[in-house]
Amino acid sequence: MKARVYVMLKTGVLDPQGEAVRHALGALGFDGVQGVRQGKVIELDLAATDKSAAEVEVKEMCEKLLANTVIESYQIELS
Amino acid sequence: MRAAVIQFPGSNCDRDMSVALNAAGADVTMVWHKNTDLPDGLDFVAIPGGFSFGDYLRVGAIAARSPICQSVVAFANRGGYVFGVCNGFQVLTETGLLPGALLRNAGLKYICKHVELNVETTQSAYTSAYKTDQSITIPIAHHDGNYNLDDADAQALFDQDRVAFTYADNPNGSVRSIAGVLSENRRVLGMMPHPERLADPAQGGTDGQPFFAGLINQIAKV
Repeated sequence: MKARVYVMLKTGVLDPQGEAVRHALGALGFDGVQGVRQGKVIELDLAATDKSAAEVEVKEMCEKLLANTVIESYQIELS
Repeated sequence: MRAAVIQFPGSNCDRDMSVALNAAGADVTMVWHKNTDLPDGLDFVAIPGGFSFGDYLRVGAIAARSPICQSVVAFANRGGYVFGVCNGFQVLTETGLLPGALLRNAGLKYICKHVELNVETTQSAYTSAYKTDQSITIPIAHHDGNYNLDDADAQALFDQDRVAFTYADNPNGSVRSIAGVLSENRRVLGMMPHPERLADPAQGGTDGQPFFAGLINQIAKV
């Protein structure tokens, strides 16, 4: 089973990299970009076959390591 | 005073820290990150600056989950003195020993320069040899030093007298210009500036010297 974890800075936490990307897009003539938030995607290849067990396990991974929940939120996709 | 300096792959201020502690009179042992136990009879642990594990995932994240860090957390929870500088500060926030997180500098640039700090409190072993509101010069060298904490929690740190240092001229966007933070029991300190880099006349200044002298003096009294 494969899991995909999306990690983003929480709403309200300033994302200076996203802001820099927004400015660069503006410089290229993309005037309509009102906000950019940059995050990361982590792909996991799991031995687990049971979806609900895998979800519990990946959630634990997120809480313990993959995301810093002080500043980041995460979303899990299983397939 | 028996001190340990933790070494991770990518640590690069470990020897500077050891030299500064030694010069102040500490007996220093270097401890590799794969060790599970700290040396016996330890008074103090320092987590040095650098780029542990190449800053992979998040700064300090992998180091904070290394075997030795479990022991460092246990040591701190037993009332031990733990000091994290720069990457060490990032590691301490990742372990949860200190609140908040360090984000990319607001200006997005790596900054390496001397900055002026204000000593906010002398009520800690680390700041005991300074005077309140004393202005000291200490070098910074970081890309991710933007201390992030919500406004209420930042205010709480000031109310509890847990802000050790602030920047006179905020270089990185840190909330309320906070440069160094103490734990509730005031024995764990994390800060982005490097006192160990200005603790000997040969380094061009000695404003970091009282930091180590005061620390060792206070620990001797405990």
